Amino acid sequence: MKFAIVVFPGSNCDHDAYHAAKHVLGQDAEFIWHKDTSLQGADAVVLPGGFAHGDYLRTGAIARFSPVMQEVTKFAAAGGPVLGICNGFQILLEAGLLPGAMLRNRSVKFQCEHVIVKVEQTDTPFSLACDRGQRLRIPIAHGEGNYYAEPEVVERLESHRQVVFRYVDTNGAPTPEANPNGSVNNIAGLCNEGRNVVGLMPHPERACELSLGSADGLVMFESVVQSVAQGTVATVR
Amino acid sequence: MRARVFVTLKPSVFDPQGTTVAEALHTLGFDAVKDVRQGKYFELDIDATTVEAARRLAAEAADKLLANPVIESYRIEVGTDVKETVR
Repeated sequence: MKFAIVVFPGSNCDHDAYHAAKHVLGQDAEFIWHKDTSLQGADAVVLPGGFAHGDYLRTGAIARFSPVMQEVTKFAAAGGPVLGICNGFQILLEAGLLPGAMLRNRSVKFQCEHVIVKVEQTDTPFSLACDRGQRLRIPIAHGEGNYYAEPEVVERLESHRQVVFRYVDTNGAPTPEANPNGSVNNIAGLCNEGRNVVGLMPHPERACELSLGSADGLVMFESVVQSVAQGTVATVR
Repeated sequence: MRARVFVTLKPSVFDPQGTTVAEALHTLGFDAVKDVRQGKYFELDIDATTVEAARRLAAEAADKLLANPVIESYRIEVGTDVKETVR
């Protein structure tokens, strides 16, 4: 399968995502510049981490108007799998492809550490190779990952099982201490109602090889490979 | 025409930066400052002939880009001779 890795001015995890897809998993991968208007026939799109457009105004606020986002929106609407990692998640929120918004971390610090997330849902293209309840040790690195949505939106996310990843402690409990940024309900990642668009603050692409301290993130990339192979997601061309 | 757009977090949204600033003020002895809410301020120089047209345009810009309606609200002031206190 082929991954499209979107590159915004200021993206800095694009090569990590490319490396995970191309060299660790041996899949086809291509960088797509943010001004491009074609996803080059990719089967899945990754919006990588970084500081697109310098995070000016708000994180993701300018990136959402990049020409490539029209293609990403079309791709997502047709059921194509889209993964937003960290800044990519923030862009998906600003673009309205996922509900809610990000606030400054509760600590007002840039949090850079390994966290544990629990896989809450396995019926998304980026979590289907996981076991339900599986705990993944993955790094975070962000200043604005404090997920916020109005209470009724959060209620809907929970009742529609759209919370895919949650910050938990070593026992699997979503405690305030295990929550690195103040996100409502310890939400680390979520999906849209169609379940094909997933955003998360932790960086799975930085945890794809044991030499990096953890290979727990690889399962998200393996999931989408499996998902595309099974034809469980729409093929968008 | 000059339009000023003040963007602030909605009252229901927690403001970690404002809280930190309030704590710093308390450390400095500003005990009378009960709370701080931090926001953003934009000055738009708009090519418009009427205050209404300028206000409409500024509101459109705020809706589309300057504010995120999920967490923020905004207030607009428009005028040709906005008096300022600058220091």
